[in-house]
Amino acid sequence: MEALNDIIKKCNELAFDLNFTRAKEWKKQDNSRVLVGYMPIYFPREIVHAANGLAVGILGGGDKKQIIKGDAYYQSYVCHMPRGIVELVLDNHLEDFDGFIFPSICDVIRNLSGMFQLFGKGKFVKYMDFPQNFLPEVGGEFYKSELQHILNEIKKINNIEVTPERLQKSIDLFNKNRKLTEEIYNIRSEFPWRITAADIYNIVRAGFVIPVEEHNDILEEVVNLLKVENGEPHDKIRVLVIGAFCEQPPLSLIKTIELAGCYIIEDDFLLGSRWIKGDINTTKYSPLDSIVRAYLEQSTFSSSVYDVDNPKEGRLLTQLKERNVDGIIFAAPSFCDPALLDHPILQKACDDNNVRYISFLYSENTGQFKVIKEQVGTFSDSIKLWA
Amino acid sequence: MSKSVSKEKSMIIQKEMIAGLLKELGNAKETGKKVVYTFVPGNISELILAFDMLPVYPEINALQSGMRKKSEGFILDAEKLGHSEDVCTYVKCDVGMMINGNIGPSGEKIPAPDLLLLSYTGCFTFMKWFETLKRLYPNVPVALLHTPYQEGHKITPEMTQYMVKQLKEEVIPKMEKVSGNKYDEEKLKKILANSSKVEETIIKIFDTTKNRPSPIDAYFAGVYYIGPINNGFRGTPEAIDYYNELYKEIMDRVHNGLGPITPEGEMEKERFRLVVEGPPNWTHFREFWKLFYDMGAVIVASSYTKVGGVYDMGFRVNPDKPLESLADYCMNCYTNLNLEQRVELLSKCITDYHADGFLVNSIKSCNSFSAGQLMIMQQLERRLEIPVGFIESDLVDPRYFSYANIKNRLESFFQMLEQRKLILE
Ligand code: SF4
Ligand code: SF4
Repeated sequence: MEALNDIIKKCNELAFDLNFTRAKEWKKQDNSRVLVGYMPIYFPREIVHAANGLAVGILGGGDKKQIIKGDAYYQSYVCHMPRGIVELVLDNHLEDFDGFIFPSICDVIRNLSGMFQLFGKGKFVKYMDFPQNFLPEVGGEFYKSELQHILNEIKKINNIEVTPERLQKSIDLFNKNRKLTEEIYNIRSEFPWRITAADIYNIVRAGFVIPVEEHNDILEEVVNLLKVENGEPHDKIRVLVIGAFCEQPPLSLIKTIELAGCYIIEDDFLLGSRWIKGDINTTKYSPLDSIVRAYLEQSTFSSSVYDVDNPKEGRLLTQLKERNVDGIIFAAPSFCDPALLDHPILQKACDDNNVRYISFLYSENTGQFKVIKEQVGTFSDSIKLWA
Repeated sequence: MSKSVSKEKSMIIQKEMIAGLLKELGNAKETGKKVVYTFVPGNISELILAFDMLPVYPEINALQSGMRKKSEGFILDAEKLGHSEDVCTYVKCDVGMMINGNIGPSGEKIPAPDLLLLSYTGCFTFMKWFETLKRLYPNVPVALLHTPYQEGHKITPEMTQYMVKQLKEEVIPKMEKVSGNKYDEEKLKKILANSSKVEETIIKIFDTTKNRPSPIDAYFAGVYYIGPINNGFRGTPEAIDYYNELYKEIMDRVHNGLGPITPEGEMEKERFRLVVEGPPNWTHFREFWKLFYDMGAVIVASSYTKVGGVYDMGFRVNPDKPLESLADYCMNCYTNLNLEQRVELLSKCITDYHADGFLVNSIKSCNSFSAGQLMIMQQLERRLEIPVGFIESDLVDPRYFSYANIKNRLESFFQMLEQRKLILE
């Protein structure tokens, strides 16, 4: 148990280090290394890895950074995360970064990419337009050109040519990373008392800011430790938390939900690290094409993905069943358009299928959890009583 | 006398055009014409017309509901269904209208869609909007045209290719199936040739604000002027006639040294010339306009009139390359430009039209426009050293229109402009 606690402590420090010290140290060890920051949610980190780079997830300032300058850039009705990111830029936390990638999740992230261009930060700023067309010869080709564009930008910096062999190695490492992460979630689903959701959060989030090789070692150790029984089940309901895919909930909020009588069995926190379901299979196509195929065919569902041919409510209900969940908590950042526009659709599916749910809003720097605790507590009690 | 008759002529033409379209929509069931719901930015109505189908624009319905004071009820009904207070009020207004029988703002029932053409540019919400409509009309197909953002300040061949492929493999086959007609490229070319004529005239119209006094208001009146091209008439002979007539009327005003016509009457003295960024508020449109009229402020350019296409930077459709042209047109809409391009465009407007100040009307629920506007202001202030002003309102939710607040802010903005004028003099 002590070993697990030590790992969690270390991961917590790494995950919330807004100076990205470990990533910068890593870069310093070799002149050809590059640091590429990416905003939530998903980005195929494999390609940066293959180009001798480290893709670092930038998730905002959380509750660790006081926002002063960032507020001058956003009206009160824009979510909190981009102002945290602007604060990080203006306070020079992102100084050693070579480039920045803004995946196409919403209009806020899109315009944030323009702000970075105007700030003149990094050697490149790329708004990455993930295709909403999932045909390989249409959206796939376009996606490939987007990936190639990033590789070209990195090559301009370090002159490294990404060969299929290099990419294959990177894919293998990230396949391992995804597999181990999933294993932790699976153990958690079966034995939820063995590790808290907040602890998993710390462990997974550390992977956003350190080399994948190091993270894989950590995950491997955690999996081994979790295989051993270390506690006792509590009388808690099993919940799925959805809506937190971009601006992250404060750690204390995750803890509050669990303290109020829930086991968080599934969630969409840090969704990018679990975006591709299963391994990226490289036996049929070239490694780069395999990454493209994986995005088209193995992406998880999210509010940022066009879903008409594969409705999200169906996928949510399947996930619910697979994880044997008692209820859903819709927790979205305030003013988050994609999440909030999805809520009526998802909640209707819950109503139609007698799935219990509650919903509330948060922001990354929420500091008061009393109301949320009461709401979640009542929710958990009602399920225990009536289920 | 003759002037006032000619003034009204373009208005009458526009009214008749819209009434004709509404009538056709009303008769769609009887005539068997298929109905396509689509959006203004990325408005490829030429293609819809090439298949002899009829377009419906949910955004336009929403804004008209706002103007006719019907939006609040619709929004509240949508919120009862779980729609958040914080999201785009166009979406909620539209959903509210649909669940109340889909009776349009003018009182006529809007026919249900036969096709949802999700061709959108520069706003993520559009995608979510049609995902919602798909649930309301589960048997109606959705044809998606995803427009890449101009993040790199240009349209790359890959972007155009991606869009053309989507048109060929997704949009056109679905249109063929729904309409029962085959794709006819020659027909599309002819329609596009009309569009390019209209584009030329529109540029000339919005360029007349170079005159002092400006003969038109390019924001409040501007939204009427762009009505036909944003409401299904791109590429039609009616649009050519309408814009020619409008241009003639405006040139008459220029020759007579007249200022813009407003609902309060003709603007006698032009005191301030402004460029405005962001959509207007529709629920209090007239009051809003009057605030500017009272101050003698005329808007010489606005970004909102470019949501359905930006022609100022030289873009024109090319009928010889119909699909490429439609693709490039979509990618050239205002909100599909990146922030720096937006700054450049606004800065060009401020300079070319000799504006005294720049004003942002920030819409609470529209991140596509709003996120980044404060930075745009900073940039323009720094680059051009002009006074900038900022007000907040909403599109169609009257709960977010605070008259007193806006008036106060505008007054201090105008004081700033006044002082600057004195200094410059
Ligand atoms: S929290 Fe939501 S609205 Fe804000 S940047 Fe993320 S996805 Fe966009
Ligand atoms: S968010 Fe803005 S651009 Fe998007 S649909 Fe709403 S009003 Fe239009």
